[in-house]
Amino acid sequence: MNGIGVTLRALHDGERDLETDLLAVAERHRTEHEVHHVATDVARWSREHAARLAALGPDRGVELSGPRDHTPGALTALREKAAQALGRRPETGLLLLEDLRDLHLAAVRNSLHWEMLAQTAQATRDRALLDLATDCHPQTLRQMRWTNTMIKVLSPQLLVSV
Amino acid sequence: MDSSPDRITNPWGARTPYAPGDPWPVRTDLHLADGVTEEDVERWVPSASILHSNGDAMDIAVRGGRIVGVRGRAADRVNRGRLGPKDLYGWQANHAPDRLTRPLVRENGRLVETDWDTAMGRVVSRTRALLDDRGPGSVGFYTSGQLFLEEYYTLSVLAHAGVRTNHLDGNTRLCTATAAEALKESFGSDGQPGSYEDIDHADTIALFGHNMAETQTVLWTRVLDRLEGSDPPRLLCVDPRYTPVARHADVHLAPRPGTNVALLNALLHEIIRTGRVDRAYLDAHTVGYDELAAGVERCTPRRAAEICGVPAAEIERAADLLGDAKRLTSTVLQGVYQSHQASAAAVQVNNLHLIRGMLGRPGCGLMQMNGQPTAQNTRECGADGDLPGFRNWQNDQHVTELAELWNVEPDGIPHYGPPTHAMQMFRYAEQGSLRMLWISGTNPAVSLPELGRIRSILAQERLFVVMQDLFLTETAQLADVVLPAATWGEKTGTFTNADRTVHLSEKAVDPPGEARADLDIFLDFAARMDFRDKDGGPLIPWRDPQGAFAAWQRCSAGRPCDYTGLSYDKLRDGGIQWPCTEGAPDGTARLYTDGFDHAHPDRCESYGKDMVTGAPVTPVEYRSLNPDGKAVIKAAEYLPPHEDASPEYPLQLITGRTVHHFHTRTKTGRAPELNAAAPDVWAEISPAEAATQGLADGDLIQVTTPRGALRARLRTVAIRDGVVFVPFHYGYWDTPEGHRPPDGLPGRAANETTVTDWDPLSKQPLFKTAAARVTLVTRRGTPPRQNTDDARTGSSA
Repeated sequence: MNGIGVTLRALHDGERDLETDLLAVAERHRTEHEVHHVATDVARWSREHAARLAALGPDRGVELSGPRDHTPGALTALREKAAQALGRRPETGLLLLEDLRDLHLAAVRNSLHWEMLAQTAQATRDRALLDLATDCHPQTLRQMRWTNTMIKVLSPQLLVSV
Repeated sequence: MDSSPDRITNPWGARTPYAPGDPWPVRTDLHLADGVTEEDVERWVPSASILHSNGDAMDIAVRGGRIVGVRGRAADRVNRGRLGPKDLYGWQANHAPDRLTRPLVRENGRLVETDWDTAMGRVVSRTRALLDDRGPGSVGFYTSGQLFLEEYYTLSVLAHAGVRTNHLDGNTRLCTATAAEALKESFGSDGQPGSYEDIDHADTIALFGHNMAETQTVLWTRVLDRLEGSDPPRLLCVDPRYTPVARHADVHLAPRPGTNVALLNALLHEIIRTGRVDRAYLDAHTVGYDELAAGVERCTPRRAAEICGVPAAEIERAADLLGDAKRLTSTVLQGVYQSHQASAAAVQVNNLHLIRGMLGRPGCGLMQMNGQPTAQNTRECGADGDLPGFRNWQNDQHVTELAELWNVEPDGIPHYGPPTHAMQMFRYAEQGSLRMLWISGTNPAVSLPELGRIRSILAQERLFVVMQDLFLTETAQLADVVLPAATWGEKTGTFTNADRTVHLSEKAVDPPGEARADLDIFLDFAARMDFRDKDGGPLIPWRDPQGAFAAWQRCSAGRPCDYTGLSYDKLRDGGIQWPCTEGAPDGTARLYTDGFDHAHPDRCESYGKDMVTGAPVTPVEYRSLNPDGKAVIKAAEYLPPHEDASPEYPLQLITGRTVHHFHTRTKTGRAPELNAAAPDVWAEISPAEAATQGLADGDLIQVTTPRGALRARLRTVAIRDGVVFVPFHYGYWDTPEGHRPPDGLPGRAANETTVTDWDPLSKQPLFKTAAARVTLVTRRGTPPRQNTDDARTGSSA
């Protein structure tokens, strides 16, 4: 496995984790309705990225498992209940900002891996990899933009009120 | 003259057919109180409708200091004398015996009458204490779509530059926020491109999620008159319900709720595939076409047919109709605005007009409609939180202009982020960081989604609620201070309809008791708070409607909504469309007749947002995308709805408005004819769906969603199978409980069941995507059982 394989794996794992984390944040902050719904929407992008990276893996010498199975289970229900109970406490606002920060940093990490792969694909004239990066990287940038926006919008209210 | 019309059963009145390009004939509608004739009327006072967004001009008939009726204004461009049922009968609510006549304050848990000094004293001392202890982020204002321009502008200045809070919105968030957002996305700024005269010229009219026959009856009359005249236009209707519009349509598409983007993408796909785009127009006036063409390349009618549940052949027929149009007029309303992917879908209708080059010419009208009568003013004055005059909060030059106008420091006007929309304000109140909410002229305890949640937020001890209204509404019953307001006919001011027509509405009679104009209440608050500009002068120097109007004219100068050429005197003769300036003294029929000036990076109201996440585009990005200020074509991918039917909740619930009522019935429920026409809630499903569910017409049924339930009589009507429709007007003010459902039983408000979710761009709540099930409570004709049924839940037919 060369550097491309290593990076593919890192990105694949990163997208897999980001999907899981976005869905976890969506559940944890169910009372923050916009966070809940948009996090669920943009988690779909990471899921597709992980699946497409896994499909590309074997040709590049890496076996990747693809996205995780995310059928909502008992744990989800518990988390949502906890979210509703916590939804009336100002301290939950800080937790939300921390979660958004972590999502943003995870998306930045993925973005940099897309950058590395896209540059290498261009240099090595690897069409399939370049097409993949061209399709997916903009969505990663949108995940970054969204988490950053939510932090911008919510911070003035949530930091002052704790 | 149509003098004693029974306009309850025939809301549109008699036909006056006309040919394309001819002026719409006059038909003067009149309704006077029993025993009063036109000769008995002492004064006719100019006004316009306040019970829908059409802006029908009328004169208020006055006799003996009372309103005794209304008459349509024949000379006015909007309605040419016609009035709808709500206009003809709704004025009677002004005289309802339960009008609020004195301020109320909460004492030991109960609202008791008091004087203005006491009530305002409490409001001011709470505001001061919160500003000192917690800062401006602890105070929010939630206003209406029914006040006047002068009132919104005053509220906007006092909130933005007096209290300095970013938390200011109108209930226009529920009805027209998506119209504004879609216009900003495509054309850089709010502002209706089209004109009602486009109906006169169109050869094709397309209504997207717009039941015009019930929401704008007079505009629909105009369409009906075209349909009965020579060379009638062809009609496309997109609506899951078989509405009166659908009955007249050449093509009716009834998509699954929540799939508008998929359907519109397929229509765009077909128009592009069949080569019916206007290349020259695209090259001259737009950016972004290539992304759209690539984005819809795979959105075939066949694919849309699977998602939307509409035959592919019908989608192709609709695309042919749109593609063959020479003069296409489109309107968009709640079926798009209150549904999943609201802004993304509304923008695709803009794209339809852009790729066909159908803007800025007679008959090529695009109307992102409004729901509420004065919604346009909420938006332009910034009472929806935007900066007044369609200024851009991300553009420091725009903020500086406002700061100079108001003589305050730029950093005294909050612009660190987008304004806080209504749903987020309620979230901040729920979470505990917003401690005072001043609500004027709206009724969130009936109109917002998930009412159980809304009631629990409003009832919190830690939240101080000020309510300013005509009646002790459901919301007022939960307030800490209630301020009695004057209404239409009792105060002077201007307001603007959905096609930019400004009307003057003059005071005809005195308000009841101690009720005051909303403007006077806001001015009183500003004076008591002693808001100052940076030189120590009063922040708000005006004292009356004329003064507020003059201040607004200065604020609007040079902006798309320029009012500088208007005056009260001029408006007494009839409505005029903004922009109205020295150079265009008669107003402006159509925007964008020659390019898209307002989209220029230096002038635009918004740089746009991400079509999925709603994250704002940065100024730098916008400038590189659209340096010269052209229309922006933005593609959108279809996303599945956030809540879909499931085995447990097999139906999709959509709520909506109907012809006899306005909003939460505070007025129309107090007009005898209108109330009698539709006294109680009902639910609609198709006969086939009823058979599947083992239900029959007239049964009392329960509609249940994951949030709650309501009970209603069932009407089986032509509507898409799998969909249940419930009108959203009904609350509890005329039930024994007053503001909530009976203990332990489902209520009758549609919003007991709706989901808390909103469009990430426009922040408009979604009332047309909830999963639901319906179950039988009692069969038709069965008397309601004691203690299990609300006796008032009778048939409303």
